Amino acid sequence: MLAQDFLRYTVKSVSSQRLRSFLTATGIAVGIGAVVLLTSLGEGLQHFVLAEFTQFGTNLISVNPGKVTTHGISGALISNVRPLTIEDAQTLKNIPQIIDTVSVLQGNAAIESSGRQRRTTIYGVDASAARVWRFEIAAGRFLPNDPPRAARSFVVLGSKVRQELFGSSQALGARVRIGGELFRVIGSMESKGQLLGFDLDDSVYIPTSKAMALFNRDSLMEINLLHTAGSSSTSVAEQVKKVLIARHGSEDFSITTQEKMLEVLGGVLGTLTFAVGAIGGISLLVGGVGILTIMSIAVNERTGEIGLLRAMGVERSQILALFLGEAVVLAAIGGLAGLVLGVGGSWLFSLLIPALPAHTSWSYAAAAELLAVVVGLIAGVLPARRAAGQHPVEALRAE
Amino acid sequence: MIHLQHIERMFMVGEEEVHALRDVSMRAEAGEYIAIMGPSGSGKSSLLNILGLLDRPDSGSYELDGTLVSGLDEKQQAAIRMHKIGFVFQFFHLVPRLSAFENVALPLILSGVKPDERQTRVTAALASFGLGNRARHRPDQLSGGQRQRVAIARATIMQPSVILADEPTGNLDRSSGIEVAEILEELNRQGMTLIMVTHDPEMGKRSRRQILMVDGRIQ
Ligand SMILES: Nc1ncnc2c1ncn2[C@@H]1O[C@H](COP(=O)(O)OP(=O)(O)O)[C@@H](O)[C@H]1O
Ligand SMILES: [Mg+2]
Repeated sequence: MLAQDFLRYTVKSVSSQRLRSFLTATGIAVGIGAVVLLTSLGEGLQHFVLAEFTQFGTNLISVNPGKVTTHGISGALISNVRPLTIEDAQTLKNIPQIIDTVSVLQGNAAIESSGRQRRTTIYGVDASAARVWRFEIAAGRFLPNDPPRAARSFVVLGSKVRQELFGSSQALGARVRIGGELFRVIGSMESKGQLLGFDLDDSVYIPTSKAMALFNRDSLMEINLLHTAGSSSTSVAEQVKKVLIARHGSEDFSITTQEKMLEVLGGVLGTLTFAVGAIGGISLLVGGVGILTIMSIAVNERTGEIGLLRAMGVERSQILALFLGEAVVLAAIGGLAGLVLGVGGSWLFSLLIPALPAHTSWSYAAAAELLAVVVGLIAGVLPARRAAGQHPVEALRAE
Repeated sequence: MIHLQHIERMFMVGEEEVHALRDVSMRAEAGEYIAIMGPSGSGKSSLLNILGLLDRPDSGSYELDGTLVSGLDEKQQAAIRMHKIGFVFQFFHLVPRLSAFENVALPLILSGVKPDERQTRVTAALASFGLGNRARHRPDQLSGGQRQRVAIARATIMQPSVILADEPTGNLDRSSGIEVAEILEELNRQGMTLIMVTHDPEMGKRSRRQILMVDGRIQ
């Protein structure tokens, strides 16, 4: 039997039962579609999260007060935790691999200028923040490098705040009032967009010591560290730990490297992708059972045909191949439909949520189609073997 | 040339042994026309199945055109079925989803004959059986006589040396039955050995030789 005739015969058998084949292939299509969609989105999600979390630069380490244990954060409530201070940050700057540090304090307050007012997020930071977090300045400059405890009252506006307070008029040099104290606008930022729902443009930046006074706090919320590209984040974290333990007397802080954070996120995403893959897998299993059922029915209905083929000199192995071929054709058609569903679905997703780019890799698509074929093969084995095992005389009598 | 010697075939039906064939021996020369007759259950179909290599005897030997085919393995027997034997059945056994043309082409397709050669051979066969304008019809669009003619065209498209027909007219009205018998006889005149099972004495009389079977034995 020529290969093209084999293919035509199997395709003809499948297409002669249009509705039945369609329903059976649908099972596989849904399974493959789910797998493709979810791997597309999963990969897109991974790209997306990675981009989001590295937009403030890489090689970052953050230090927070309180020790994160497996039982949660204990530090905040226990009095013997020493607060993180500007001096801690200054000392950490002495570690050779550390390029710069940012002492961070954050809160909400009203900012007003010539009658207009807006409640916004206030960040107390150092001059170094511009470099560590890769800030883009639209106009003016970022905070000057004043002595930390004696910084002047300058403010840098996020793009949205600048727009809300000043509109098209000149903001640079203007005086604004934050929590009753006067600040002079020294610069404004390029738009940065959102990070996980936080509007980064709806914020302003003032020197750390001013923020401490404003919010009446004597400790920092976080110290951000930028280390050299060549150094390992774990060994830098180790040194930071040593320095801080020496200063605080105990480990009453926690250190998060960006690498670690991405690892954890990656793990979460991986689990998500796995779960979704499992759902696809179950659909495929159901699709496979569908093929098994429909092929078993086909073998029953076509027993006479099997007898006829045997009488015409077709061997058992060829009968096996014919019915396996039909199962594979069914599954492959379902798989192709699933590819279309999955790619189309993820395209639709990326239309609806532009920030979440869908990305179908061809290797995944090919693997998914291969998977469908394998499901078809496995599902086809039992019915095909039953077809091949028929005694020709019995089979001919069946009609 | 067909030569059967001491063929035995027994079936187990529950606890009981049913002797479908008992010590059957027969010869058929190339080009002969034989009718196998006898009451229902006498073993006619069993004999035809042995002759067609669809079934193996429990004992005995079968020689076809000088080859001891009862000793061949399954693969070799399949090859002989493909090239030397054509079957015609009472219930036609056409593939319902295939057209008349495709049904006739099936043996050629299975044996790997190229499409353009198939085209000429099948077209010629259909024309010679008076089915030239039915090529694209599916079996359910054909009358019983037309279906059996398609089946005969299919059975003979490989130019077999033997045609085995099991009650080929059993499911047809009188005139279609005679038509089909005449077609088979014409093929026999062209040199194919024709062995036809029938329990219709009128049909049986048309052949040159009758074999009567009773209770698994040739009388
Ligand atoms: N596969 C089988 N299993 C059990 N008994 C069978 C089988 N095939 C045939 N027989 C029995 O063998 C005998 C001969 O059957 P068969 O050759 O079909 O007779 P005929 O064709 O002359 O009517 C019958 O008694 C029948 O019941
Ligand atoms: Mg019979």
